Amino acid sequence: MDVDTIPVFVMGQRVEVPPTLTILRALEYAGYTLTRGVGCRAGFCGACATVYRLKGDPHLYFALACQTVVRPEMYLAQIPFFPSRRADYRIEDLAAVPATLFTLYPELLRCLACGTCSKACPQGIDVRSYMAAAMRGDLAAVADASFDCIACGLCSARCPVEETQYNVALLARRLYGRYLARRSEHLAERVREIEAGAFHQGLAELRALDEAGLTSRYNARDIEA
Amino acid sequence: MAYTPAMLESIARVEASRPARLSATFPRMTPQERDEVLRRFHPDYIADATRAIRLGSCKGDRTPLELAEVLEAPPQLDPETFTLQDSELKADVLIVGGGGAGAAAALLAVQGGASVLLATKLRFGDANTMMAQGGIQAADQPSDSPVTHYLDVMGGGHFSNDPDLVEALVTDAPSVIQWLEQLGVMFDKHPDGSMNTIHGGGTSRKRMHSARDYSGAEIMRVLRDEVRSHPESIRVLEFSPAVELLTDGQGRVTGAVLLDLETREYKVVSARAVILTTGGGGRLHYQGFPTTNHYGATADGIVLAYRVGGKLAFLHTMQYHPTGVAYPEQIVGQLVTEKVRGLGAQVCNIHGEQFVFPLETRDVEAASFIRECQDRKTGVETPTGQPGVWLDSPMINLIHGPGTIEKELPAMVRQFRGFDIDIVRQPMLVYPTLHYQNGGIRIRPDGSTGVDGLFVAGEAAGGIHGSNRLMGNSLLDITVFGRRAGTAAAAHALEQQPGALTLEHLRAWNRERAELGLTGGRPAPILLPDYTRHIRAVRKEPLVPVG
Ligand SMILES: Cc1cc2nc3c(=O)[nH]c(=O)nc-3n(C[C@H](O)[C@H](O)[C@H](O)COP(=O)(O)OP(=O)(O)OC[C@H]3O[C@@H](n4cnc5c(N)ncnc54)[C@H](O)[C@@H]3O)c2cc1C
Ligand code: FES
Repeated sequence: MDVDTIPVFVMGQRVEVPPTLTILRALEYAGYTLTRGVGCRAGFCGACATVYRLKGDPHLYFALACQTVVRPEMYLAQIPFFPSRRADYRIEDLAAVPATLFTLYPELLRCLACGTCSKACPQGIDVRSYMAAAMRGDLAAVADASFDCIACGLCSARCPVEETQYNVALLARRLYGRYLARRSEHLAERVREIEAGAFHQGLAELRALDEAGLTSRYNARDIEA
Repeated sequence: MAYTPAMLESIARVEASRPARLSATFPRMTPQERDEVLRRFHPDYIADATRAIRLGSCKGDRTPLELAEVLEAPPQLDPETFTLQDSELKADVLIVGGGGAGAAAALLAVQGGASVLLATKLRFGDANTMMAQGGIQAADQPSDSPVTHYLDVMGGGHFSNDPDLVEALVTDAPSVIQWLEQLGVMFDKHPDGSMNTIHGGGTSRKRMHSARDYSGAEIMRVLRDEVRSHPESIRVLEFSPAVELLTDGQGRVTGAVLLDLETREYKVVSARAVILTTGGGGRLHYQGFPTTNHYGATADGIVLAYRVGGKLAFLHTMQYHPTGVAYPEQIVGQLVTEKVRGLGAQVCNIHGEQFVFPLETRDVEAASFIRECQDRKTGVETPTGQPGVWLDSPMINLIHGPGTIEKELPAMVRQFRGFDIDIVRQPMLVYPTLHYQNGGIRIRPDGSTGVDGLFVAGEAAGGIHGSNRLMGNSLLDITVFGRRAGTAAAAHALEQQPGALTLEHLRAWNRERAELGLTGGRPAPILLPDYTRHIRAVRKEPLVPVG
């Protein structure tokens, strides 16, 4: 084949792949049929967490295989699964108070604020700072700062004190969404109207129209600016 | 991977026209113009890209070649030799597919008193639901109403939708949003708690609810966490796709056979009702299009349901999302959310001129991009020969104030930044990509299919959107009909005794194939696309960007 290739190492094995491919595509190009370590292929599901080194470079790097292009002499390892802890709870039994986080995730208070998690996050989230907010019990801040988390698990895999940061964040967001964000009044009002049958007649009228009638109603819609 | 000099030259023209464009958006098409661009340029209208299905309950229906092939394919299991040893796995309701529809169905089935087994292909949540960025529709604003929503859905679907399903969709919508709000979904809200809603393509009111541009991910992770909060009644089996349904030999669905992707062993499940929530089929790459869909989107549920007599609806139409990434090549086909246009970004050709109203329905918008590139030759071409048009994202901060893009579209900013493109300052190059299965297995408002014991919900179902779905109505439909199917399946299950487990329907299927002279072929459901180079070399396919 007359494509230019570069060498990369997949779990120690050298393979030659085109330099334009993502790590995920490179694995497939090298002949792997993936079932682990792949999901959405677009940076949303967190299945493709990857750790790598570069030749002659002492650092470890972290990436999503589906969103990262290969580089020469990359030494790759996929982390398709990491045993993590999810506390048992029912959201409706909880209160949106700081103690909820500490009770369900007591290890939270062991956080050293070392920042290893932030360095590992392929989403560029400042995990350390939302963990600091979690220790302060500031649910709103955790919810906001962790929002883009895709739960790839790299923070937890790297944590020296065995936190499951992304599950703490998920709980904080659910508590925020359910209890702290103000409920939408117009939504509740609309649900009441529907339950009272307020739109039966309007719907029945539309349903009684033939296609021509419906089309002309559609074409005459006024469109909110 | 930053833009090439030729592309930068074209971008300069986009920038030059921007000040004037800020106050003048290209007008909407007339109904006649819409019809014409669809007929001439939409992929659904390419006659030799579809064919009639040769067997089964919807014999004669037309569907894309690639879908027809899997629909007619031989099963993986041979009914003559496969032994249905006693099933260890039993549940009142078996749910096949761990996306949003499956999770919603599981929760409501449990509320209905059923025990649930949820089997999914990869991990729970490796699903199209996780990838939805733009948002979810519901007519809850004072200026809006379910009646208006109904009209928009019907018009968007070219009046071909099943009215019963549309009525259920728009009527349940506000309560579904309220359910999600109560489960802890963080919708974008104003400080007073009111919903921050915007337009989507084809909406006449601002009814698109979002959670930044992680709308689907936020819904999926909350629903998944809620499912995980019910371990006593919901068991989740990952890496266990269904490869066949089981029937009692008299037409009632009684379970399924799963394939453990790790051990390659089959597992037999006995259930009193089955709900298929397997999603779409973008990974079949109709007409060679790249896709926005997740890796496991291979139309399996359609194949399984069809073999037991499920009816197909609208599977001749697929949705090509107008704004798939056209550059850089590593992410070709991945989605640029419609929210970018919802926030005011316009579309321009190589000369920096607008050529279409940015929020036509998706089919019309996509067809007009194809016309611009193929017919008018005013598209931009990338070094790999991929055509595209500009989506002028920097307008957003000019319209709504600095920081809006970063706040509203963090996933998009991050994705392009990874490839050295700053969408805050530079437009994105886009082209239509295979996005959504408009049709599916025909359902009734309770998710039932006419096949005893079989329910379908989500993208695998058909009829709700007619021949074209509007953005934000799918996240809505998976929740509305996932819930409805969960409730109905639980009620059905609790009235049934477990049935016999047979593969009788495959005998009939194989006979029909044999009578037609159909032999061989790749077994289906295919479960996963094969992207290894090794296979491509054998088939002599070029290394196309698959995302
Ligand atoms: C990139 C993207 C963006 C989108 N944006 C929006 C948006 O903004 N608004 C909107 O309304 N809609 C949007 N959509 C559409 C919407 O997200 C999907 O149509 C919807 O989420 C489908 O939900 P589902 O539960 O039916 O299927 P999915 O969420 O795809 O779940 C199906 C599940 O079934 C599993 N499965 C498949 N086959 C089998 C099998 N044989 N056995 C077991 N399990 C199986 C899959 O692996 C998957 O987990 C978007 C879609 C994509 C791809
Ligand atoms: S495969 Fe989903 S994030 Fe990479």
